[in-house]
Amino acid sequence: MKYLLLIYEKEADWAAIPEAEKGKLFQEYGDYSRRIRKSGNYIAGEALQPISTATTVRVKNGKTLTTDGPFAETREQLGGFYMVEAKDLDEAIALAAGIPGARTGSIEVRPIMPTPKPE
Amino acid sequence: MTLTARRITLPGGAMDFEALYRDERARALATLIRLLGDFDLAEEALQEAFAAALEQWPAAGVPRNPRAWLISTGRHKAIDRLRREKSLATKQAEIAYLSEALTPAPDAGEEPFTDDLMRLIFTCCHPALALEAQVALTLKTLCGLSVEEIARAFLVPVATMAQRLVRAKAKIRAARIPYAVPGQDALAERLDGVLRVVYLVFNEGYAATSGDALVRRELCREAIRLGRLLRSILPDANEVAGLLALMLLHDSRRAARVDARGDLVTLEDQDRSLWDRGQIAEGQALAEEALRRGGAGFYPLQAVIAALHAQAARAAETDWPQIAALYALLLRLHPSPVVALNHAAAVAMGERLDRGLRLIEQLEASGELAAYHLLPAAKADILRRLGRPAEAAAAYERALQLVTHDAERRYLERRLKEVQAKL
Repeated sequence: MKYLLLIYEKEADWAAIPEAEKGKLFQEYGDYSRRIRKSGNYIAGEALQPISTATTVRVKNGKTLTTDGPFAETREQLGGFYMVEAKDLDEAIALAAGIPGARTGSIEVRPIMPTPKPE
Repeated sequence: MTLTARRITLPGGAMDFEALYRDERARALATLIRLLGDFDLAEEALQEAFAAALEQWPAAGVPRNPRAWLISTGRHKAIDRLRREKSLATKQAEIAYLSEALTPAPDAGEEPFTDDLMRLIFTCCHPALALEAQVALTLKTLCGLSVEEIARAFLVPVATMAQRLVRAKAKIRAARIPYAVPGQDALAERLDGVLRVVYLVFNEGYAATSGDALVRRELCREAIRLGRLLRSILPDANEVAGLLALMLLHDSRRAARVDARGDLVTLEDQDRSLWDRGQIAEGQALAEEALRRGGAGFYPLQAVIAALHAQAARAAETDWPQIAALYALLLRLHPSPVVALNHAAAVAMGERLDRGLRLIEQLEASGELAAYHLLPAAKADILRRLGRPAEAAAAYERALQLVTHDAERRYLERRLKEVQAKL
């Protein structure tokens, strides 16, 4: 079963971290990524640009409406994600708990809807 | 639960079908859920199996192993149902999955059933489900209460409760919440979650004296039954023994807590001859066992405090200093504003009223229990004992603004009149 682990953190806090600590965090993320690659859980994962770069798109009555910014202004922002393969929710939760961002922000665990493969 | 209130007559004499239903239901259902991989299908299949038992056993006799009979019959009922409902392709896959190999043999002993029961308990109380959904699912599957009964107990419309259960089961399927006992690393934490659900069920039945008294009593009884069930499968868990002890000790006072008019009687004024001595003895033994095994945990400590209250033949003989000391320990190990309030009240009774009052005022200043009526009520009680009726009246009035339960409101109004008479 595939799960998307969405990493939410306060961007403002991230900007305030001194460079040396940022380096340490990047290294932690690197270690984590290597670990879940090795265990076979890793499918994909990326860090995202800050929400100031985001554009929200919706189509109403055939017209495309674009707005500057993320879909919702919340206390924490989506900063990155991993897509993992896990046997059940307990394993996905354990993987989520291993993400460095789980200590400072929150990880949303979303099961990916199984869709039939094209023949 | 129309099936429960039945006695059937068998060649060998009458049998208490209700008792069998109560005892076997949860275990049989737990195994069927594992075999069928679906809560609803398993519940329906088990209902059908019980109905078949009522029909067949009077003539054929009770099978040697009724639980194995119920599971095997339920399994076949489910397969019949799938045959009727599903398309050929899906049904063959599903029926293949329901293989005999997964069914515990009739002579397999208790272990496979206990394992399944554990799986069911930990799935119903999975932290990925909302707490209210955990409670509803537990009462529905483990206790066998109907949706109507659960809705009535929690004062929500039946449709709301039904929706809550549907959503919970849908999340179990879609997010793939495992039907499994958590690994050693997560077990203690997950068991805490299970105990919280059981205690919540108990408190819902115990704390509220308004509403349908019968439904309330039923909730307490179900919570105690769940406590016993947990103890039967986790006999070495101190927290389980502690929670069961705590519930038994609180529940032992049921008959004395409310007077003939339905008004609340405080612990101090209760007729202690109405307390259930058998339940107290059982609770005390369990509390002592939990504590002796080194469990200064949340529930064992509270159970020992409840046991100290139960030991006092008269309110005046209550060992308040020891109760205050235990609350101090509880506060250090498991800090919470409610524990702090209980500690303050025990200090007031056991040491000095003014020291207890100071602690309550500190708690008041922190603002943590701003909406909790028992904070001003406890403060009023101490002020009343200190002979400061004007301040006591003000605190009772504050408590009355916050209280929601009728019986508690009448109690506070009575106290308010008392202190106003002294002004």
